[in-house]
Amino acid sequence: MALLIEQSLNGIQLGFMLFLLAAGLTLIFGIMGVINLAQGSLFMVGAYAAAVVATQTGSYVLAAIAGLAAAAIIGMAMEYLVIRRLYARDHLDQVLATFGLILFFNQMTVILFGRQPLFVRIPPLLDGSVHIVAGVYYPLYRLVIIGVGLLTALGLYILISRTRIGMLIRAGATNREMVRALGVDIRLLYTIVFGLGAMLAGLAGIMTGPISAVQVGMGEQVLILTFVVIVIGGVGSIRGAFVGALIVGIVDTLLRAFLPTLLRHMMASGSEADALAGGISAMGVYLLMAIVLLVRPKGLLPANG
Amino acid sequence: MAEVLLQVDNLVKNFGGVRATDDLTLDVRAGEVHALIGPNGAGKTTFIGQLMGEIVPDAGAIRFAGSPLGGLDTPARVRLGIARTFQITQLLDEDTALSNVALTIQAQQGHSFRFWKTAAGDASLFGPAQTYLAAAGLAERGNVLVRDLSHGEHKQLELAMALASEPRLLLLDEPMAGLGASESRQMVDSLKRLKGRTAILLVEHDMDAVFALADRISVLVYGKVIATGTPADIQANSQVRVAYLGEGDA
Amino acid sequence: MAETAPNPTQRSKPKNVRSRLLLAQLLVILVVLPYLANLIGQPALTSLATRIIILAIAAASLNLIMGYAGLASFGHAAWYGIGAYVVGILYRHSVSGDPLFGLPLGADQLLITLPAAIIVAGLFAAVFGALALRTSGVQFIMITLAFAQMIFFFFVALKAYGGDDGLIIRRRNALPFLDTRDGLTFYWICLTVAVVWYAILSRIVGSRFGRVLEGIRQSERRMAAMGVRTYGYKLVACIISGMGAGLAGALMANHMRFVSPDMMHWTQSGEFMFMVILGGSGTLLGPAFGAAGLIGLESLLAAWTENWQVILGPLLVLAILFTRGGLSGLARMIRGGARG
Repeated sequence: MALLIEQSLNGIQLGFMLFLLAAGLTLIFGIMGVINLAQGSLFMVGAYAAAVVATQTGSYVLAAIAGLAAAAIIGMAMEYLVIRRLYARDHLDQVLATFGLILFFNQMTVILFGRQPLFVRIPPLLDGSVHIVAGVYYPLYRLVIIGVGLLTALGLYILISRTRIGMLIRAGATNREMVRALGVDIRLLYTIVFGLGAMLAGLAGIMTGPISAVQVGMGEQVLILTFVVIVIGGVGSIRGAFVGALIVGIVDTLLRAFLPTLLRHMMASGSEADALAGGISAMGVYLLMAIVLLVRPKGLLPANG
Repeated sequence: MAEVLLQVDNLVKNFGGVRATDDLTLDVRAGEVHALIGPNGAGKTTFIGQLMGEIVPDAGAIRFAGSPLGGLDTPARVRLGIARTFQITQLLDEDTALSNVALTIQAQQGHSFRFWKTAAGDASLFGPAQTYLAAAGLAERGNVLVRDLSHGEHKQLELAMALASEPRLLLLDEPMAGLGASESRQMVDSLKRLKGRTAILLVEHDMDAVFALADRISVLVYGKVIATGTPADIQANSQVRVAYLGEGDA
Repeated sequence: MAETAPNPTQRSKPKNVRSRLLLAQLLVILVVLPYLANLIGQPALTSLATRIIILAIAAASLNLIMGYAGLASFGHAAWYGIGAYVVGILYRHSVSGDPLFGLPLGADQLLITLPAAIIVAGLFAAVFGALALRTSGVQFIMITLAFAQMIFFFFVALKAYGGDDGLIIRRRNALPFLDTRDGLTFYWICLTVAVVWYAILSRIVGSRFGRVLEGIRQSERRMAAMGVRTYGYKLVACIISGMGAGLAGALMANHMRFVSPDMMHWTQSGEFMFMVILGGSGTLLGPAFGAAGLIGLESLLAAWTENWQVILGPLLVLAILFTRGGLSGLARMIRGGARG
């Protein structure tokens, strides 16, 4: 039981991480109609910037700021130099151009930091565990991730539904002309939105650092999982991203945690059971995606209708 | 009186809070030209979408040649003998006009799971394709790429392609929209030649064309048919005048 | 054939002549190439050319769905990898004699392994294609990527066949009367297979089926209004495309004498897409030029610096941003005859 609670919380924590990426990706897609593979690179940029600053200065506050700033600045530069020219193109061009960006960012990271993964320690203030319910302890840092994710989700909701910039974002998604008529520089708006999406990815990267290795290619692993989230949740819908991310996070974590034991009970050979469980749990979320697609091809909570 | 080919009863379609089709009842008889007129936003294109199975109605029934169409997808309805043209033309831009029509004929001939024989020189496709092009007034333009054709020629090609599926009922969504005076006249001529061969539901704003072609006219306002009758009836109908004048449209 | 038609499409005539000329030139180069490579003391070029030819088979298969039918699949490497694994697994069983699925399966004959790879890849493409085709547009891109990733993870977890480390094939599959272990002979085999595959694709593309695919790319709505149910055509195209990729994978497994999940890594799918786009999507020979261009460029850059991707990445971005239609677009731009 304790294990179930702990693993469920791990799943929720992974879910919030995925949500940060999926929200950025789907926001950018919903508003600008651009599919950005390099969102994973921005995740990596955030993680690396934070890791380097944390080890150099020892300050986690500075590290967080550096991570967010690096992701936002590189994201906006990316928008200004490349993405901007892709708004009117088809999705295939967008995918391929941002694929080229990934090659660049990955290799650049190798040049700058080498292939060895960087490890970041959990901030001392957030180290340790918290007593949740009867006999169940849970790492404080992971709880903080959940908290930050929740706050971000809330913040996004307020930003989009309650503020002027959110109004512009919503209007810009459906009617570019109208936004222009309001005297708003749509290009600037797009750059800002892109920077916002980049910052969300960077934030996820920063927080991931201390619980997993910071290494080249970390962005793509999580990017593809993010795609699964978006397909399950419904393309272009923030609510869908939220629900999809939590489902994917929990299913993925629970399968990895419990399937090996389950199969070992059912199968004679332990090593075969482990291998099979490893395979199935790695594929689990993709199977889930296939099932969702069979039932609802547009995802659980599609953007319109 | 000719048999009823298309019978629409109490059709309803809502988009969010907007009732695009409101208890719409209408029929088209075999061989007649039935014009559907109405101000912009009256729900004419939505109505055609529902006839073609592209949009699923919320309530009501559509019967074609006596059998209900509910649940049939667009290709199934096309095979029963309904064809449409698009107000915003849907053409294969990178192909020639002729091969656009030829592909329609190919679709008409049955499945296309034929992988080996080259389609480009197939006389059973390109021969008739030329005939349909000519019927729509494009006899000389067959070998021009669609993207190099004029707007008016696009409209004519839409017509040629609709004809190529040999429909019993032709749904024309504003075939004159955006045409110049001479192009309009040519289109009216093409349609006149079709009269009697196939039933036509003509959605159109150009009243000259409507009165030149229609056997009957229905007036659609806010998704509802407010009047149906001969051109003379409709011209005399005060309700229609009010509806039109009220909208400030013609 | 054109003489019997009353109305042959006139514009395709000069284009045909030009592409036949191009084809003839290409074939001459490919036939002379291995001898030339020996002459200039670069026999490794033959191996590189073999690789390009094999990848060109896979790229041409992707082109059928991506270039002709407009289905941007980001999972092509999965079928390619599955074809390779069929060769690897059959070889493994032919050596060990262990039963496969309880049957005495196992083969080291190219005439068995190639068809097996084609069929298995086609079956997988049928299942996953049937699901993926329920979506379209950007969702289709995402879902094909995700499915390919799933298959990638499956083979990573498949410890019985090497898992992460892959499978080593000690000897190339054999062919009667030919010594496949000889690099030059294997080059001729791959070239022959490639020519046959391109010939098949050229028939398919020009057939009624191919016309429907091109119609689907240009306006799926129009196809429905013609009375065409597009799903079946797209699915069959996906299957043919998967079969071609499986064929290429099987050849590559023989060429490298090694199979690993890396062959179905998502970056490989991306490379296939680039080959199609760079060479000119929706043209028969484009993918071959795209494969040669991309692999050639990679080899050149890699010979120059180990961090070649840092240059390749931006080059690819520039290619997408500024030369629509890849190499052919570039050629058109240079000739100054861009029509739009």
